[in-house]
Amino acid sequence: MRTLPSILTTAGSVLALAGTLALLPTTGVAADAKAESVVEQGKAIAFDRKKGNCLACHQIDGGSLPGNIGPPLIAMKARFPDKAKLRAQIWDATKANPNSIMPPFGRQQILSESEIDKVVEFVYTL
Amino acid sequence: MKKLLTLIATLGMISAASVAVQAGPQQDLKEFRAYYKERFPDVPFNDFVNGVYAIDQASREQWESIEEFPPYELNIDNGKKLFETPFANGKTYASCFPNKGIGIKQNYPYYDAKAGKVITLEAAINNCRTANGEKPLKWKKGPIADISAYMAYTSRGKKIDVKVPADKGAMEAYERGKEHFYAKRGQLNMSCADCHMYNAGNRVRADILSPALGHTTHFPVYRSKWGGLGTIQRRYGGCNKQVRAKPYKAQSVEYSDLEYFETYMSNGLESNGPGARK
Ligand code: HEC
Ligand code: HEC
Repeated sequence: MRTLPSILTTAGSVLALAGTLALLPTTGVAADAKAESVVEQGKAIAFDRKKGNCLACHQIDGGSLPGNIGPPLIAMKARFPDKAKLRAQIWDATKANPNSIMPPFGRQQILSESEIDKVVEFVYTL
Repeated sequence: MKKLLTLIATLGMISAASVAVQAGPQQDLKEFRAYYKERFPDVPFNDFVNGVYAIDQASREQWESIEEFPPYELNIDNGKKLFETPFANGKTYASCFPNKGIGIKQNYPYYDAKAGKVITLEAAINNCRTANGEKPLKWKKGPIADISAYMAYTSRGKKIDVKVPADKGAMEAYERGKEHFYAKRGQLNMSCADCHMYNAGNRVRADILSPALGHTTHFPVYRSKWGGLGTIQRRYGGCNKQVRAKPYKAQSVEYSDLEYFETYMSNGLESNGPGARK
């Protein structure tokens, strides 16, 4: 899905791009597919040992050999009705708990802002 | 210290009032032991010398079968040979140590007031070499670990007895080591205590975290991952790297102070080096 717009831009003008999109019968489907791929990317980042490595400490659906230092990541929408609070927890866990062992992914630039956004989207599906 | 106190106080392990009155190594030691006793009420005190195997039955059985044919046996033999081989000047290591170097590991590291620093057993081995006109050995593995393993072996069963004398330099070294243990570090922002105190017994991925109580008793350690023997400071470097902190050099003031603190915290446990770990 990601490559489609870039091919189009390189291929033609912005006008042509707008035209193509307008011709698509269901733009809604395209948006859903894109959203899913953000979740998938977030999952990949969360599971990557060199990136989020969240499985080191959290049990997460779909991940093997999780650690048990942190709580299992489940029912995240119920736990965090406010998505911004979830992002804040991942960005810097030491705000809520100064002694937290959870790495401050944003503050210490372990993940980039956009990587964190993606992880948030993924975690929010749990 | 403050950090530790607030932590312990918030954890409700002890009343803050009793600490404020009498801080110092002895008090720290009491609190440290009490913490693990509370966390692992079923583990007998001396079992902490066995690291993660003291608290996890499944991996303990694997380990016990490894210890039946200890992978470090050849290292002890080689260490003994090296230990007894005279230097070019005809003297041996025995000439540098109390009791000729036999059964003394439990007293290391110690604070040397003249040198103004902590001397680990490995540092003493290399000091002995240079005092006798020999080149120092590399710090983390190889011959120095073998010699250290042999010396540890002759000390098995003796209780760790490291002293922090009422000496300004010794107290400062101790405090620095303690600070190192409790301070968060590295890009991942974790302290030794985060893993080996507050999460001892928990799993990072599939690895169970050992209690820091007893960390130093069984070194040097034969580690399958290393495919050989390594000193405790080699391990410190590995743990620093895990949290993306720049490791210090082996036998740096930082690591020797840390080893001083960690070993003092294991006072009263039996020496059981060398050990085997995965
Ligand atoms: C080294 C351990 C560790 C790692 C790695 C870690 N966490 Fe955590 N996490 C914790 C702990 C411990 C807590 C409990 C609260 C606290 O102490 O901060 C926690 C809490 C959380 C919470 C709040 C849970 C709740 O129900 O309140 C979320 C969400 C979370 N972590 C997400 C993540 C994500 C996403 C990652 C990876 C990008 C991650 N964590 C990596 C240890 C960790
Ligand atoms: C991210 C978690 C983590 C941090 C932080 C950490 N370690 Fe470790 N450490 C481990 C793991 C995992 C092992 C291997 C399993 C075990 O024995 O605990 C280990 C092993 C050790 C061992 C060997 C134990 C044995 O019985 O052979 C020592 C000693 C040690 N760590 C000391 C330290 C010190 C000192 C620090 C701080 C400078 C530190 N560690 C920081 C995770 C950590």
